[in-house]
Amino acid sequence: MTLADDSPRTLAGTTGLADATAQDVADVRPPRAPRRGPSLSRNRWGYGYVAPFFVVFGAFSLFPFLFTAWISLHDARLSDIDGGTFVGLDNYAALLGNDFFWNALRNTITIGILATVPQLCLALGLAHLLHYKLRGRTFFRTLMLMPYATSIAAATLVFATLFGRDYGIINTALEAVGLDRVDWEAGTWSSQIAIAVIVTWRWTGYNALIYLAAMQSIPGELYEAAEMDGASRWRQFLHVTIPSLRPTILFTVVVSTIGAIQLFGEPLLFAGNGSTTGGSRNQYQTLGLLMYQQGWSNFNVGQAATTAWAMFLIILLVIGLAAVAGRIRSRRRGDLR
Amino acid sequence: MLVSRRARAAAAAAVSLALLTSACGGSDSGDGGEDGQTTLTLGLYGTFGYEEAGLYDEYMELNPDIRIEQSVVAQSGPYYQALQTRLAAGSGMADVQGLEIGFIADVTANNADAFVDFAAANNADELEGNYYDWKWDQASTDDGRVIGLGTDAGPQAMCYRQDLFEQAGLPTDPAAVSALWPTWDEYLATGQQYLASPTRQQDSAFVDSPNSVFAPAVRQGDTTYADEDGNPVVEDSDGVQTAWGLASQAAGDGLTARLAQFSDEWNAAFTNGAFATIACPSWMLSYITSQMGDEGSGLWNIATLPGQSEAGSTWGGSWLGVPSSGEHVEEATALVEWLTAPEQQIRMFTEQGFFPSSSVAADSPEVAGATSAYFSDAAIGQVFGDAAAAVQRTPISQYDTQIQDAFSAALTSVADGSRDPDQAYADALAAIEQVTG
Repeated sequence: MTLADDSPRTLAGTTGLADATAQDVADVRPPRAPRRGPSLSRNRWGYGYVAPFFVVFGAFSLFPFLFTAWISLHDARLSDIDGGTFVGLDNYAALLGNDFFWNALRNTITIGILATVPQLCLALGLAHLLHYKLRGRTFFRTLMLMPYATSIAAATLVFATLFGRDYGIINTALEAVGLDRVDWEAGTWSSQIAIAVIVTWRWTGYNALIYLAAMQSIPGELYEAAEMDGASRWRQFLHVTIPSLRPTILFTVVVSTIGAIQLFGEPLLFAGNGSTTGGSRNQYQTLGLLMYQQGWSNFNVGQAATTAWAMFLIILLVIGLAAVAGRIRSRRRGDLR
Repeated sequence: MLVSRRARAAAAAAVSLALLTSACGGSDSGDGGEDGQTTLTLGLYGTFGYEEAGLYDEYMELNPDIRIEQSVVAQSGPYYQALQTRLAAGSGMADVQGLEIGFIADVTANNADAFVDFAAANNADELEGNYYDWKWDQASTDDGRVIGLGTDAGPQAMCYRQDLFEQAGLPTDPAAVSALWPTWDEYLATGQQYLASPTRQQDSAFVDSPNSVFAPAVRQGDTTYADEDGNPVVEDSDGVQTAWGLASQAAGDGLTARLAQFSDEWNAAFTNGAFATIACPSWMLSYITSQMGDEGSGLWNIATLPGQSEAGSTWGGSWLGVPSSGEHVEEATALVEWLTAPEQQIRMFTEQGFFPSSSVAADSPEVAGATSAYFSDAAIGQVFGDAAAAVQRTPISQYDTQIQDAFSAALTSVADGSRDPDQAYADALAAIEQVTG
């Protein structure tokens, strides 16, 4: 976790987690290979080739990660980052008593739920539809991924305009059907829904693509067997598709949750004037935005680093819970066997 | 064989290192070297207008051994974030760095030693004599160092829409309009009158946002956000108390268009005629011009800021400072003195519209007699000159920007009805507490 981290949703993670779960299910370990003799000299080539990755990783991930931890133990300002006074865990204690932190955490959770749940349900539905043999299937599959290829800034600016109070098209439409205008940004729920819509729009296609890939690896015989037993399409979806997708669903839930905890660009740009407060009452300030405000508007980097580490710990907690959930599930399945 | 393997591994590592260092490599200020020329770099933000006004070219003609390059960051916020990390590292700065009102107090409080002290210059008295005393003061530290020379200033007036005033049955002549609001209370009363007018343009508010009241009024008090030593003072500041009372009243009474300044909706509201008045620091004129284009020509006029007989008010303005760690401190200092000299400030006003922070420049006939055709031939030189001359010295603190932002957000929540004024005031104080600690 660096102070300015990017959303780490990469496809590379897919295989890792899915494999881990698969291993748990199998729970059979291959016999340990006998140790070979010292192979350092033999592997020098290899070290040379992997060095670039580790040098870059060390400089841009590991070092900032540890430096952030170090800064979080200091009362430090941005213009004098090395000259802060050591305060131990005071920043962490202050964070726990800070209303702004709890407000941001609450907002992060509510926006996260508002964004993640519809996003994954829609993605599952979309993937199911695109799994059928359709005319122009490739076209639709590509189209689905378009939002993911759009930059956060561009998408958010457009949505912020759509959700505008006085001149936004959504309010114009509401008025046209006889409803009242909504001051989207001013309200707590309305602003959080608006931001969740941006996130959902952007990530649904991405998740649908992952589900689609997983669906394609479900053996066709399962569906044939289900069909012979007289299962409808809907029943097939419930009892064949969903169970087969479980590891994939767990993966997307974890990744979306991490993304939701780190949500930053959308709430920052939604304000439209570069304000880092997340609305006039902090009504849509997320943890990521709070961290940015502390570090880059208030220049209190000690506080910001503490928030960054708190976010990291929250993410670890979420991953831990997901892993435990996965283990319990696989164990239960093992009992049935 | 082993050797070649080792060599290759080393080469691979070296390549990766080289990639890294070249990526991190800094901006060498780069002596031109050829022809014995010295290259001076300026690190700026937003629009300073020197390049556009041709001042660099002129200076290079006058001084053939100097070459000038500038690098510009669009907004002062990210600019200052980068400058702070360079101040912390003590390297990587340009020969000349722009300093803005929003953060100069932070620099004078914490990093004054990193800049050349103009108060220690041989011609310090002459330099000081060029400036409004408050401008010189804002760049000074407690122990009398002066870390930058002023470029422009932002004395404030009140811009109003002549057409909307006429529709609402209010006077349109600047003198008559100024006479409507000698004080802020009378300004708010005029707002009520506007609101009550049956003929006013529907859906138009009297003022764009509560910040148009708060931001000018808070700087008309004896104190704004800081005591004489630059320590933050908020609750006990007469400026804050008066300004909050006025602005929250404007917000609560529905005089404002409930807009947050510089938001997209606010920008759009200009062309839609959503408000009849807006507080106008001198730089707001070019903002209005760029928002409204030719269509806005002749619609606006400029009146005196309410309460100016007591004290004038400024918002914005910049300085140029010379980092003392630079390689060309002497040449850079000479360049800064030339760019900020009264003659150049006059040109920056007549050609680019930046109001001088030099009282000598502001009193010159070219500035004092200037009018603006776009703003219905308003006597801008006179209006802003009077405003600048009426400014009292009020100390600034390193937290001014954050404190003002907190009040501005709180006022927005009063205007949109999501908070009552007392609650919003408490919210603002809590947010400020986060900054000042």
